[in-house]
This record gives sequence, C-alpha cells and structure tokens, in this order.
Amino acid sequence: MLLPEPTGALSAQVIDALRAPATTGSFPSGPSSYDGDCLHDADFQLALWVLYELHYRGFDDCDEEWEWHPGAFACRAVLERVFVDALRAAGPVPETSPDAPLHERIEALVEAVPGADLARFMQREATLEQYREYLKIKSVYHLKESDPQSFVLARLRGVPKVRLAELQYDEYGSGRPDRLHQTLFARTLVEAGLDDTYGVYLQHAPATTLAVNNATSLFALHRRFRGAAMGHLAAFESTSSIPCRRIAQGMRRIGLSERAAEYFDEHVEADAVHEQLALRDICGVLGDDEPELVADILFGAFVCCHLEALDGAGLVTAWREGRSALRDAADLVGAA
Amino acid sequence: MTAVPEAVGHDVEIVLCGENRPALVRGADVVRDQDGTEHPVTRPVVGVCMCGRSQRAPWCDGTHKFIKRSS
Repeated sequence: MLLPEPTGALSAQVIDALRAPATTGSFPSGPSSYDGDCLHDADFQLALWVLYELHYRGFDDCDEEWEWHPGAFACRAVLERVFVDALRAAGPVPETSPDAPLHERIEALVEAVPGADLARFMQREATLEQYREYLKIKSVYHLKESDPQSFVLARLRGVPKVRLAELQYDEYGSGRPDRLHQTLFARTLVEAGLDDTYGVYLQHAPATTLAVNNATSLFALHRRFRGAAMGHLAAFESTSSIPCRRIAQGMRRIGLSERAAEYFDEHVEADAVHEQLALRDICGVLGDDEPELVADILFGAFVCCHLEALDGAGLVTAWREGRSALRDAADLVGAA
Repeated sequence: MTAVPEAVGHDVEIVLCGENRPALVRGADVVRDQDGTEHPVTRPVVGVCMCGRSQRAPWCDGTHKFIKRSS
C-alpha cells in the first residue's frame, strides 16, 4: 500500500517525514503535550497506525529503514505513552474474584463490559450499504488478521507457545492457502463488490477502529505487554463465535452470497475452539507460569472489550441516525 | 451434557473444558456423532458440541453460552 493521506497536523508530520529517505530525514518528536481524547482522535490514531504499519507490510513509497529508525521510535513512544494512559484511564478493569481460575475471571470480565450489540444490528437491521461500510472498516484489521499475535509467539514458552501456534496455524489456513482467514475476508470483500487490496479502505476507518487496531499492535509489539496481548486475544476470541453467526445471518438476509458469508461461518466454529485455547491453555497457563502478568492479561481483555464496544457503538449510532459511519463521509459529501 | 465424542485418527487427544463447553479434539481424522454419522476433521483441533444445542453439530458454535449454568 501507499502512505495514506493525513487527516490532521500530527499525521501530516509523521507521513511527510516518512516520505523522505531514512538516512537523511530527521523525524518529528511527537506532541510535547496532549490533552485530547486520543481514542476519538483520528489524526492521532492514524499517525500511530502508520508507525505500526512499518512493522507489518510497510508502504511502497516509504524507505524500509524507517522501521528501526531511532527518530521514528522516539515519536512512536511519545504517542504510545498517551495511548496507554488513555487505555488505563478507560478502566477500571471490572473486579473479578482473585480466587477463581484465570479463564473464569476473563469470562466474567467479558460479560461485565457492556457491548455495543453491533452484531445484532447487522443481523436484523443493516442494509446492503451499511454492510459494505462495515466490511470496508473491518478490512483494516481482517486483511492482516492474526498477524499481530504472531509477534508474540517468540516471547512465550511451553504450553502457551504451543497453543498459540496451534491457533495461528488455524488462522493461517491449516496449511491451505485458500483457507487463510485473511484470504477468506478478501473473498468476502470481492463478493460484496468491494476492493480487496490491503489497506485500501484505511481512509474510511473511524478513529475508534484505528484505536482497536493500534491497541492490538501496541500489545503485540512490546514484550512487556505479552500478557495484555494474550488477554486481548482471549477476549477477542470469546466474543467472536456468536457475533459472527449473527453477521453471517444478516448477510444472507440482505442477499449477499454464501461465499461472502463463508468468512463469518468459518469463525463461528474456529473461534469457539480458539476461545477455549486462548482462555485456558494460553492465558490460564501463562498466568500460572508468570503470576505477575495476571493483571495485564485482565487489562488486555478489558481493552479489547472496551474498544470494540466504543467502535461498535460509533457505527450503530451513525447508522441509526441515518449517517454514514465512514470517517471521511463528510469529505466525500463535500466533494460531491 | 452429551457423551464424550468418538474420534478416529492417529494419536487422538480429547480435552473436556467443563459443563456444556466443547470437547477439544486433536489428532482426529473423523468425529463420529451419536447417530454414527462420520464428520471429517479439517482443522488441527476441533471443538465438539457437548451441550447438544449447536446449530452446526457436531461442532461447537458457542450456543452453550445461552444455557444457564447449573452451578
């Protein structure tokens, strides 16, 4: 993909800097103070997303050396401190019984954080156009689905490593390229008449969607957040099967093809398994091996639920008010 | 709860996850349901429905979450 269009002063600074060669370029230091609501600040989240993307597929028009450039790292660290503070402030993490097994505590936590019921909206009410918006927005993650968690494999040992590898093998198609979940989602996009090019809909993703993505990358790229990364994974997998079933039902209701629904059908079964793996053998055993990670495992699970609810609520609210949920919808209307 | 699934394969391992939750089956080529129908296994580990309410039987689809726990 190419570097995206900026959406404010901060993302403009970061993206402009990344257009220059890393050997000659200095890098903006990031904001010296920040008192906004970064979870709803698209400019902030886009700047961070772009810096994280250097570690995934990168940008065709960006020098690859920026990935490990100290200036880019220093800027990213400034943004991450603001982001982590905001995630901590979004709490408190719901109380769960410290005497219960960790997998039960995560399950209780997931139940305690109110969801946005986005899946029920998709199942019962969403129009074809709203489905297309949903797929565009979700494509920012689903076209690189599971890639963040692959960074964590090297930081685990024993049972959690083996179980995460097993889960990832399934996510990556169990040896069959046409079953790679990223490919299944690409197929859904095409069936819905959309573009399956990696990152092509980034400019449509609202701030909260970018925040969902950035939290996943934050946890996955920092060894110190390995507990949070796995707690996040467990919460994500635990809240996937039933919503995926609803979303697939909604797709059939509006007449999208069986092939379009296949990605969501696949996740009904796959994530029912992944949920158990992530809760018990990954988080449960990790928590036993490294008890000091338990609080972070629960924090990661909370962040997953909180951000997904925030993001889902934004979509449902926009649609109920008869608006587009796309970030640049106002620009598109203005340009028309 | 339904019976522990019958799985055919090399080195089959079955792990129970608690009341109504799926049984995780590794190393199976085929899972045989209570009617004797054989279902081919296409992933490294499968979740077999143990609550009896799955709409994608024999595979778990998360429906057990709607069942009140007896405890």
